[in-house]
This record gives sequence, structure tokens and C-alpha cells, in this order.
Amino acid sequence: MDYFLQQLINGLTLGSIYGLIAIGYTMVYGIIGMVNFAHGDVFMLAAFIALILFLALTQLLGVGSLGLALLIVLVLGMALTSLWGWVIERLAYRPLRGSFRLAPLISAIGMSIFLSNFVQLVQGPRNKSLEPILSNVLVIPVGSGSITLAEKQLLIMVVTAVLLAVLWYVVRHTPLGRAQRACEQDRKMASLLGVDVDRTVSLTFIMGAALASVAGLLWMTYYGVVSFSDGFVPGVKAFTAAVLGGIGSLPGAVLGGLLIGLIETFWSAYFTIDYKDVAAFSILAIVLIFLPSGLLGRPDVEKV
Amino acid sequence: MGKAGDAFKSALLAALVTLGLAFPIVALRTDTNLSNQLVLTERWGLTFILAAVVGAGVFLLTLVRPVLAARATPKVSSRTAAPPHPFRRYLPRIGLALLIAFPLIASGIAAAGGPGALKLLDNYGIQILTYVLLGWGLNIVVGLAGLLDLGYVAFYAVGAYSSALLTKTFGLSFWLALPLAGILAAFWGLLIGFPVLRLRGDYLAIVTLAFAEIVRLVLINWVPVTGGYAGLSSIPKPTLFGYSLGSEPGGIPSLIGLPPSPVYRLAFMYYLLLALALFTYWVTQKLRSLPVGRAWEAMREDEIACRSLGINTVTTKLSAFATGAFFGGLAGAFFSAHQSFVSPKSFEFMESAVIVAIVVLGGLGSAVGVAIAAVVMIGGTELLRELDALKAVFGNDFDPAQYRMLLFGLAMVLLMIWRPKGLISTREPTVRLKPQPARGAPSFPSAAE
Repeated sequence: MDYFLQQLINGLTLGSIYGLIAIGYTMVYGIIGMVNFAHGDVFMLAAFIALILFLALTQLLGVGSLGLALLIVLVLGMALTSLWGWVIERLAYRPLRGSFRLAPLISAIGMSIFLSNFVQLVQGPRNKSLEPILSNVLVIPVGSGSITLAEKQLLIMVVTAVLLAVLWYVVRHTPLGRAQRACEQDRKMASLLGVDVDRTVSLTFIMGAALASVAGLLWMTYYGVVSFSDGFVPGVKAFTAAVLGGIGSLPGAVLGGLLIGLIETFWSAYFTIDYKDVAAFSILAIVLIFLPSGLLGRPDVEKV
Repeated sequence: MGKAGDAFKSALLAALVTLGLAFPIVALRTDTNLSNQLVLTERWGLTFILAAVVGAGVFLLTLVRPVLAARATPKVSSRTAAPPHPFRRYLPRIGLALLIAFPLIASGIAAAGGPGALKLLDNYGIQILTYVLLGWGLNIVVGLAGLLDLGYVAFYAVGAYSSALLTKTFGLSFWLALPLAGILAAFWGLLIGFPVLRLRGDYLAIVTLAFAEIVRLVLINWVPVTGGYAGLSSIPKPTLFGYSLGSEPGGIPSLIGLPPSPVYRLAFMYYLLLALALFTYWVTQKLRSLPVGRAWEAMREDEIACRSLGINTVTTKLSAFATGAFFGGLAGAFFSAHQSFVSPKSFEFMESAVIVAIVVLGGLGSAVGVAIAAVVMIGGTELLRELDALKAVFGNDFDPAQYRMLLFGLAMVLLMIWRPKGLISTREPTVRLKPQPARGAPSFPSAAE
């Protein structure tokens, strides 16, 4: 029982990170119908930015308080990653809007290759590992045994929950969110009614990048190691999460992220760790084949 | 003032944005010191140079672009009316002649004091031709049938491992293993194709990607059969009628009295690959005029119309998948025989991305376009390895090969923006219901009635 609960906590922690990345995929897909293949690499870049900022604050500027340092990294990292998200959309995707179907996807794959090689070039190919931070654990007795909850796991879940609440408010109750939902339903109609579509799409990319930045920081805190090739697998898993939850649906992305995190953790815990990625990829295939609109997505009606 | 002022403003903005982008990731480099801790190295000079270069570039572009646009406009309209340049008609033949003569040219360059013939044949000839073969195979799936397959490397891997296991473990001859590898890969195409048929567009792309990753992970983890990360080594080299092509006694070169040199085997492999590629090209061209090929192209243009006309899209898609996979398997068998070593490292997602990029940049369906794209993308990035002269400019730490994939990704983005429909974008349908009116002539279908 305690082993099960322990894995549940680990799975939810991992799932929160996947959920945050998945939101970036799902929002972009919802609004312009494109798989932003480079999003996983934006996440990887964000993890690097978080790592560098954290080191700069603690080593170069001598910020003593860990909490303050993490807060500054969070805010500054979100700003810097958003800038990347904005530039990528502006340069690589916007010129291709309205082009044929595959063009933005190919451009996104090119961007993904560019980003991972760029980071490899400027930061070197080796894994970057940080001494563990926030590793104190709370021991919770359960029945005969006990489970442990590390401070960083708590941090990850709390930060994710708070951000999701903020995001929910933005999408539901602000003019920006209304514009986004309008563009999602019908971009042409929205622009006829005075919604600035380009600006809305830009802001969607910025929001996605900002959430990926938080995911990058949390990933860096949780695992303490990051490498230039870390964008691909988490990226595909987060996309799986978005598809599993129903692409285009925000709660779906979070639900999908948590499910993927849980499935991966339980698979590693009870079966074999070698094939954990196979499990995640198989789920993607199975979901798309048997449940193409995902758990919470609207079925896609084919209009002729 | 106006124009230069605007250009200056956008240049300043671009420089500032670059500064923002580069601030942590370029300006501060993380390194591990001797006690295994991460330390930062500051590189502010590089960061400001980068920002200045981007700013200057944007300044020039903004000034030059209106001039270029004004000059280019009349040119475009005249080009659409003019008949295609006669060079275009002979391009395939010239290309073929060059390809057949390539080993001789390479030896000539080597004799004239250029880089060695071995290197030219291997790094340029065989590598580019492998991608041409893969590109033509994938062209059937992506270019003709319009199904975006991001997991083509899975079939390449199946072909390579099948042929390796068949020749090494079961002792079959390469000439038997080659078609078998293709057939096995085609079976895998059917197997993977079957469940994904209902999916469209982007979803299909991602599921094929997932399948390719599963294949790769199985190759890594199924150690007793595949050797895991270490892969399979000492795969037997192909022979010709039982005679070796190496320089050892008893091999064909020594039997006909040629001086010993590893070039012969490489030239033989080159011609084998060329034959495989031409076979692929020939089959594709033949298939295009058969009902199945026409069904592929019809399906690419409009799937719903296809179904309404009674074309079975399930078998059509499956046949495209299997045919494409077959050629991927052939390429894989060649690869394992040529390298005599296979490992999962060669079958990563990047390979799929490169092949898809070649097909899309080649213009989706144009065989010549695919070949040109392979030469440009693979040959271009290979050329970077040669640019040692740049070391004189940027210092000895500068290694142009590091920029290979970086520039590859950048080229993919830029080529897509510059020519979203690929390098050769005039894709003529194989059949037309009515003969097309002459180019440039007005076409009013109702006027005749």
C-alpha cells in the first residue's frame, strides 16, 4: 500500500511537469491547428536558462536565500523563454500561415533541430548536473509503513496548481482569453469582428513558452540534470498527454499529463524500467487509433 | 532620412531582442570544474558581437529588400508565361551521366591532389545516394500518397537489422538477404500502416514517429538478438558470384591484376547503391501510370472525393506504406552491408526528420527535386567538414563540423519560408482529363461551348 502511494506521488509530480508542457502544445494546436514540434526543445532551452540563472544568482551575485533565488529564476526565466517563444513564432511560423498543410510542421521540425544543436553548441554536449536542492523529505506514516514527500515534489505540485488556476482565469475571464477562444472557433470570423489574430497567436505562443519555462525550472529542480537532447522525449510525451486529454482542451492537457506521468511511473515500478518509454509511445498510438478525440476533446467533424 | 531611419529602428530592435535571447544561454556558459561542480564562464564579448551582427544584418536587409522586391516583380510574371528552360528537360540525363562517372571523377580529383577518392566516394557519393534512395522511397508515401510519415527510419532499421541477422546469424548471401530485408520491411509497413489508416495529417505523423521510437527502443532493449546499444558488428561484406571485392588474394581486383586498393570495393558499393536507387526511381515511375499509383495521387489531392468515387482508400494507403517501406528496407540492407556494423544510434528520429525534409524540400512528388534536395542538404552539410580554412579566421577552437546540424535545421526553416512548396514546385499530374491549353494562352472553357 505504501509503495503504491509513494509511486502515486512520484507519478503526480512527473505528470504535473508533463501537463505544463502539454498546455503549450494544446493551446497552439487549438488556435492554429499546428503541432508545434519545437515546443519540447523550448522546454529544454528553458531548463538551461533556469540552470544558468540559478547559478548566476547563487555564484556570481551571491543571493543567499534559496527561495528568493528560485523566485527570481522563475520570473526572469518565464520572461526570457517567452521572448524565445515570440521570436520563434514570428520568424519560423508566421510567414507560413496559410501555406500548405505540412509547411509549418516541417519548419517546426527544423526549428527543433536548430534549437537542440544551438544549445549543444553554446553550452557544450555534456550533461549538466546541479547539486540537489530542496531534497528535505516529509515522512508521512501510512498504515504499517510510511511514504516520503520531498519538498521539491510539494513545490512542483503547488506551483503547477497555482499556475493552472491563473491560466484558467486568464482564458475564461479576460479579453485575451476571449480573443483566444474566438480564434480557436473561427479565425476568419474573429478577425472580421475586430480580434487581432496575429497578436492573439503571438500571445498564445508566449503563454505556452512561459509555462514550458516553469516546467523547465521544475524539471531542473526535480532531476538536477539537464542535457541538450532532453527536449525530444519529454516533448513527445507531453504531446501524447495533450492528445490523450483531447487536443485543444486545457483541462484535457493537464489530465493527460497526470495520466502519462502515472502510467510511466507505475510501469517502471511494477514492470520494467527499460520499456517505460515504449509504454508512453504505445499509449499515444492506442489513444489516437481508438479514441482520436481524446478523453475531453470534442469529436472532429469532417466537413466537405 | 525616413527609410534609413526605419531600417535603423528595426535593426536596433533586432539587436536588443538578440541580446535578450542570448543573455543567459550564450553569455554564461556552464562548465564542470575539477571537483565536479558547475561553474559559469562569462562571454559578454561574444554576446554583444552576436547582437551587433544581427542588428547590422537586419539593417542591410531592410534597406535592400524593397529594392530587390521592386526588381523581382516583373521577373516573376514573365517566368510563369515562358516555356520551361530546355536545360530542365536534360537535367535528369546529365545528372545520371555524372552519377555513373562519379567514381572516375573522384579518382581524378584524388590523382590531381584533391581529397582522397575513398573519402569522396564514401562521404559524398554513397552518403548522398543513400539519402536519395531513402528520399525516393519515402516520396511514395509522402509525395505521391500524401501521408506524412515521420517514422520512415523504422523501416530503414528493420531492413538493416534483418539483413544483418540474415547474413551474419543465418549465413545467407547478401543477394538473398537484400530482397528479403525489403520484404520484411514491407511487412512492417503493413503492420504499422494498418492501425494508423484512420488518422489524418498531423496525427498520422506523430503516430508514425511513436512507432519508430518503439522500434528503436526495442532494438536497444532486446539485447540477445540485437546486441543492444553495442549493435551488431562484423556483418559479412557482399561478394560477386562468390568472389570477394577486397584487395586480398582471390578477390576480383587481384584476379584481373589491379594493384591493391580499397577503392574497388567502395566503387562497387557505389554502383550497387546507384542501381538500387535507379530501380526505385524506375518502379516509382511505372507505378505512377498504374491504377494504384493514380489512386495514390488522387488520394493525395482529395481523400473524400476518392472514397466517393469508389477507390478503396484502405488498400491504397496500405500499398503506399508497404511500397515505401520496401525501399526503406533495401536502403537499410545496403547500409548494414556497407558499414558491416549496425547500432540503434543510426536510427534516431533525426534520420527520419532529415529524410522528410529532403522529400518536402524536393517538392513533394518530384523525383528530380528530391535528388537535388538530397545533394544540397547532405552535400552542403558535408562540405562544412572541409572548411578548415575558417580556422584561420576564427581561431583554432573553431570547428565547422559542429555547425552542421545547426545549419541543417536553419536551412529547413529558411527553405520552407522561401519556397514552401519545395525547390521544384511545378508538380504536374501524371494524367489529365483534358489536354492542357498551351501555357500563357487564355483558357476559357465556356468560350468554346
